[in-house]
Amino acid sequence: MSAQSLARSMPQSLPRSLLAVDSSPLGMFGYFREHRDEVMSWLGYHAWLSAVPVVAGLLIALPLGWLARRYRWTYPPLVTAAGMLYTIPSIALFVAMPDIIGTQILDPVNVAVALTVYTVALLVRVVADGLGAVSEDVAQAATAMGLTRRQRLLKVELPLAVPVIAAGVRVAVVANVSLVAVAGTIGVPELGQLFTTGFQLSVGSPYYPPITLGIVLCVLLALALDLLVVGATWLATPWRRAVGGR
Amino acid sequence: MIRFESVSKEYADGTVAVDRLDLVAPSGAITVLVGPSGCGKTTSLRMINRMIEPSSGRIWLDDRDTASVPTHELRRGIGYVIQHAGLFPHRTVLDNITTVPELLGHDRKQARARALELMERVGLPEQFAKRYPAQLSGGQQQRVGVARALAADPPVMLMDEPFSAVDPVVRAQLQNEFLSLQAELGKTIVFVTHDIDEAIKLGDQVAVLQVGGHLAQLAPPAELLSAPADSFVAGFVGRDRGYRALGFAVAGRLPVRPESAVTLGAAPGEAREAAEGGWVLVTDHEERPQGWLRAEQAGADRVSEAHLNLGGTLASETATLREALDAALSSPSGRGVIVDGSGRLLGTVTASEVLTRIEQQRATGQPPSPRGGGEGEAP
Repeated sequence: MSAQSLARSMPQSLPRSLLAVDSSPLGMFGYFREHRDEVMSWLGYHAWLSAVPVVAGLLIALPLGWLARRYRWTYPPLVTAAGMLYTIPSIALFVAMPDIIGTQILDPVNVAVALTVYTVALLVRVVADGLGAVSEDVAQAATAMGLTRRQRLLKVELPLAVPVIAAGVRVAVVANVSLVAVAGTIGVPELGQLFTTGFQLSVGSPYYPPITLGIVLCVLLALALDLLVVGATWLATPWRRAVGGR
Repeated sequence: MIRFESVSKEYADGTVAVDRLDLVAPSGAITVLVGPSGCGKTTSLRMINRMIEPSSGRIWLDDRDTASVPTHELRRGIGYVIQHAGLFPHRTVLDNITTVPELLGHDRKQARARALELMERVGLPEQFAKRYPAQLSGGQQQRVGVARALAADPPVMLMDEPFSAVDPVVRAQLQNEFLSLQAELGKTIVFVTHDIDEAIKLGDQVAVLQVGGHLAQLAPPAELLSAPADSFVAGFVGRDRGYRALGFAVAGRLPVRPESAVTLGAAPGEAREAAEGGWVLVTDHEERPQGWLRAEQAGADRVSEAHLNLGGTLASETATLREALDAALSSPSGRGVIVDGSGRLLGTVTASEVLTRIEQQRATGQPPSPRGGGEGEAP
């Protein structure tokens, strides 16, 4: 029986000497070597659970943000309601989700849906403001040249809103990486498990390796996903590069 | 032809922006709408392409009632140029210019070829095609704006203070190029400005609007200057309108007297010899006047550009009375320099000689002739 499965089946009773000698934060390297497969699969889930809700949330926030822009009176209620969503504690949402959408308690879909809600909460305002960032002159010229409302949205307003929306997406991605970890406490397989494990193994004195590893991997994951968004934005906005990123 | 038929625009709060406007903007001509802010000139312009819908009345585009055409279709057939150009910041110059042809589903390759041709026409080098608007100066952006408006070759162009956001030198340049472009293209143009000088320079006819959207006078510029319809127009047209009206009367053959000039690099003694009334005219080696030299300043050095007084303007032999008079008045010697078509010295005239010509023209009741050339340039 490997140490890791032992750790999972009876973490409380396992003698610490069996796990890793080093209980300091630096012990995370040894911990990682011993639990590589499991940790990597958690990392994969974590990445997936962080990224998918951002994409889904963006797809939902786009029409909502557009609506808030198109019919100005909908802006205050939409933006306020979206903001309120963010105040729901994530753990409560993870737990309540099965009742709301009829899934199993440990189904990762719960986390994905809950985080989509948070992303929408963040991005509705960003999309609305981004679409409104088009200067009066440009909007007027577009209308005067005979672009239909739809063409104006797709050809002018949306491309010009990319930098603003991308900034919001970066925040959402990073926030999601940390929110996903919370779901570990209810047993969803992702990097949050490392914190639970570390907590459970901290009997008497703190056992740092899994905790440190979890933090480092979350930060690295957040950086990687952020870089992905920055890269995509860079590709989508050649005009900003041309003038030195203004 | 664009025809306003008793067009009014009244806003919900009761503000009347335009009041029963009747106006015809003839085909192939530039009609300038001018007036103080709040006179409804921009509102009137935007009612043509229905950016603003009139409260009552009709606007006809040739024999089409603009209200009967779907707005996007109407607008694609009307070029539109605004103050800050309003270029799409995320599209290259070339893509900006091909916007309307693209909307109309024109052949992409042809549209691009035409866009490049238009760029050349408005004075933009070809390598600008791939640049983004933010990489261009205000004047260059405005040129792109004009090219974009012309891209689908619309018969009608609406221009809303297109040259007011650029510096005066670039503005004059853009105005002159605009006039020569229009001489070639013959579009039906409605042009809005708050600058009466611009209106007089560019308009084939000028409509002066009063606050409240009331048409005070519609007339060719010369008539506006010589016979303002009421005190509002007279006040708006400005103080020195008598002088400015001379800009619409060709001077004709002026009694040009020969001027003994010296060339750059001449000996100081030679310059003192040739001086008349204390001043001598200096030309380059191709007889093009460069400036005036005060005889007593011709010291020991040879005549160089550094010594010259550059105050005098030049008038060509086909100049207007205004240009001829200005050449005489601005000349430090009191003798206005007249040059031929290629800028070579013909001779000089004095202010009193030009004034005599003005009086002669008055006496014979010679009507002011149409627009003359551009302003004279300082030598």
